[in-house]
Amino acid sequence: MAEFSLPANSVISSKGKRYPAPAGAKNVRAFKIYRWNPDDGANPRYDTYELDLDQTGPMVLDALIKIKGEIDPTLTFRRSCREGICGSCSMNIDGTNTLACTQAIGDIKGEVQITPLPHMEVIKDLVPDFKHFYAQYASIKPWLQTVTPAPANEERLQSVEDRAKLDGMYECILCACCSTSCPSYWWNSDKFLGPAVLLAAYRWLADSRDEMTGERLDALEDPFRLYRCHTIMNCSNVCPKGLNPAHAIAEIKKMMVERAV
Amino acid sequence: MGNGTELGRVRGLGSAKSGVHHWWMQRVTAVANVALLLWFVISLVRLPGLDHASVLLWLRQPVAAVPMLLLIASVFWHLRLGFQVFIEDYVHDEGAKLLALLALNFYALAGAAAGVFAVLKIALGA
Repeated sequence: MAEFSLPANSVISSKGKRYPAPAGAKNVRAFKIYRWNPDDGANPRYDTYELDLDQTGPMVLDALIKIKGEIDPTLTFRRSCREGICGSCSMNIDGTNTLACTQAIGDIKGEVQITPLPHMEVIKDLVPDFKHFYAQYASIKPWLQTVTPAPANEERLQSVEDRAKLDGMYECILCACCSTSCPSYWWNSDKFLGPAVLLAAYRWLADSRDEMTGERLDALEDPFRLYRCHTIMNCSNVCPKGLNPAHAIAEIKKMMVERAV
Repeated sequence: MGNGTELGRVRGLGSAKSGVHHWWMQRVTAVANVALLLWFVISLVRLPGLDHASVLLWLRQPVAAVPMLLLIASVFWHLRLGFQVFIEDYVHDEGAKLLALLALNFYALAGAAAGVFAVLKIALGA
């Protein structure tokens, strides 16, 4: 039946630590951060760090780096580019999945609550396990597939109009904010591919150079892989790059109908 | 089934190569439901009275009985398709899922049969 009980170790303990702001700080903001360490056998907890925003950069990632560097080196999170292009620092901030590096602290009211992306296995603190997500991405064969052999001494050409069809899709950075905001993905991620991977699938379905459209649609036509999408639209709501996975999924469903009806 | 690797698990048993028909029929029956329910409500409102005798008299006419049969078929078909999705979403135990889908199909068919029988009895009955 549907699962209503939480798995072991998922209940958040009330034993979180509080790290007070430095003396004399005037612009204090609390960051309540999910902590879980696989090695200590304890349940997860929220630690609260008070920062002086006058001494902190503007983005949530700046706060996290300041906490790790100056207050608590055990805090674990992924980050790399700090400018919204690598997708490493995706997490749930103030109830919404987004990138810590592009989320301004000033846009959040009150205490800033930070948890890992929802419904992913947690490796440690804010670091979720992406193995399954990446395997799903690999499964849609995210590369150009053709029957026609490659031209001898030139690229496979594409018109400006055809290239423009890939706008809004090629920009995806695979941060998984959309997929992990999707209730259908929460309940059925073992089989449902989720918005990020379906957006990637449509990126290749829409490519004028790709010749495996039918095979790609065959692989997607499945009650779970594609049709678990019930147009809830959380995906398009949260995408930190402003992309529209829900639209891409609708386009895939249209292609399915087009070839069947 | 190659379930020893993450990609093997994702590829699993492969695509079911179905789903588009279910999706399409859910939309077709949705449109039919809107049209037929509109007809049903307007017809009832336009009746001289809503007492048992006048509704029976109305339903005896072929122009009322035939759309009524279509309405029953469309509503129960749509219900079956919709609840199937609901069960697949939330019931993850394979045994319970099978039982729930079986119960749903029996219920939808039995409900539709009862409705069709009732309309036919009124329309064709003495």
